[in-house]
Amino acid sequence: MADRVIYAMYDDDEVLKDGAKMLVAKGVKVEEVFSPFPIHGIDPIIGIEETRLGIFAFLYGLIGLTLATLGMWFMMINDWPMNIGGKPSFSYLENMMSFIPITFEFTVLCAAHGMAITYLIANRTLPGMKATNPDPRTTDDKFVMELRTSQNTQFSADELETMVKSTGIVEFEQKDI
Amino acid sequence: MEFKVTSKAKTLTLSMIIIGAVFLAIGIATNAGDDHFLKRLLTNGLINSFFFFSLALGMLFFLALQYATETGWYAAVKKVIEAIMGYLPYGIGFMVLVFFALTITDGAHIYGWMDPDTVDPTSHHYDPIIYAKSSYLNKGFFWLRTVVYLGVYAWFWIGYKKRSIEEDRVGGTEIHFKNYRKGAVFLVFFAVFSSTSSWDWIMSIDVHWFSTLFGWYTFAGIWCSSMTVLVLLTMYLKKQGYLPKVNESHIHDIGKWVFATSFLWSYLWFSQYMLIWYANIGEEVIYYMMRIENYKLMYFGMFFVNFAFPMLLLMSRDAKRHFGTLTVIGIIILLGHWTDVYVMVSGGSMGAAASIGFIEIGMLVLMAGFFIRVILNNLTKGPLSPINHPFLDESIHHEI
Repeated sequence: MADRVIYAMYDDDEVLKDGAKMLVAKGVKVEEVFSPFPIHGIDPIIGIEETRLGIFAFLYGLIGLTLATLGMWFMMINDWPMNIGGKPSFSYLENMMSFIPITFEFTVLCAAHGMAITYLIANRTLPGMKATNPDPRTTDDKFVMELRTSQNTQFSADELETMVKSTGIVEFEQKDI
Repeated sequence: MEFKVTSKAKTLTLSMIIIGAVFLAIGIATNAGDDHFLKRLLTNGLINSFFFFSLALGMLFFLALQYATETGWYAAVKKVIEAIMGYLPYGIGFMVLVFFALTITDGAHIYGWMDPDTVDPTSHHYDPIIYAKSSYLNKGFFWLRTVVYLGVYAWFWIGYKKRSIEEDRVGGTEIHFKNYRKGAVFLVFFAVFSSTSSWDWIMSIDVHWFSTLFGWYTFAGIWCSSMTVLVLLTMYLKKQGYLPKVNESHIHDIGKWVFATSFLWSYLWFSQYMLIWYANIGEEVIYYMMRIENYKLMYFGMFFVNFAFPMLLLMSRDAKRHFGTLTVIGIIILLGHWTDVYVMVSGGSMGAAASIGFIEIGMLVLMAGFFIRVILNNLTKGPLSPINHPFLDESIHHEI
């Protein structure tokens, strides 16, 4: 079946939000919204799943914790036993206090970097990746809402167009894909 | 909607007060002849009067912080904060009572520096270290400082309370900007004197020992436990059908405060411990030696509870919105922070002779019952949500 994608451009995020609310209330499925900044409260309106980035952050943190512990144990206790603070016990557990700051820092480092990289990959915005937003102006001061006819089969393309145009858009564009 | 204390809450608090009083009476009757009796009684007096006073003080600080930063989201729970803060005069009363009892008993071996023998070079108990500190640690100056701290806290409390009622009546932004200025002034005062007051009241028990971090450590404990009380009380009121303007996002935000301040407290606990452990200087490690030898389970147990429980169980977004989880963790870490104060005070005063018995449990239950009753009564004295707070609208639409 031929799919047609509709791009509706707005110049205000609040207008877009109200428009999205109205369309969703009528049963229209909004595929995606492109915006130069996060629009507060848009996710539940267009039905975007809650992010799982937090879970990933926790897992990256655990990896960092394990790596730091293993690394310090190997370097400071196993491979070259160190006299830590005048306490030559050569035991990781007894010298745990002095290892905690680095464990903490490394946990944070791994969680933060892992989260940032995962975010960039999930959004396909790693440096060098081809941009997927429909219009470069959505990185400046415009907001675009994307609808697909294949997801809104209960409406004809013309009906969709009329509905979208009544929500205060500034530009309308559609193309077959 | 006007708040009414339910008969169930009345019965519960009254029975807590009665059970506490009976336990305390049994404890006093069975221990009255002991060598350490007076010291033990006053140690517990100091622990509980300080702990519950600090809950009210923490809320006073938090309110001043919200005023100074012109925060919006908290407006819907402002009256709850003020109700907890309203325990302050009672807290101050108990603090003054305990300090008075300690002064007339020459410190009761809790404040060793109050004992005139320790600063008398001809005495058998002469202590040159205390003598060297006696220009700061003496009864007169101690009382002067205590009166200034408590007086200033009470003065700010009266001002905030008065302006809060006034704001409900007249509205406008003039009162808001006045609160803003007073909030900033309070924070400056509190930043300096929360440290020195904890040195005076708590750290001077271990009179030979000192730690510059001690003030922040105590303050972090105060902040964390008072935020826990706030979230518990807010959830209680919500469960009772009050506070229609408070939504899940407010609970989530207060839950975040509990989570964050738990980390702040753990961070400071660890910083103090690790530096002293690493340096390993006799006069510094003595504080921890005493506690590890006599309170090992309690001391490390309370650290584990106050750090690991909020970290693991409050980390997810859903947990901070779930009433059951928050209530259980809240009660546990509140007990954890009480234990923290217990080990801080008792470790210095009772040392190896400390034990948990009728006196300890009785006084805690008695004071807890009284505290709950006072804050519930405070809630009945006015509307449960502000009428004219300039950020009320923002708070009603708070969504995160």
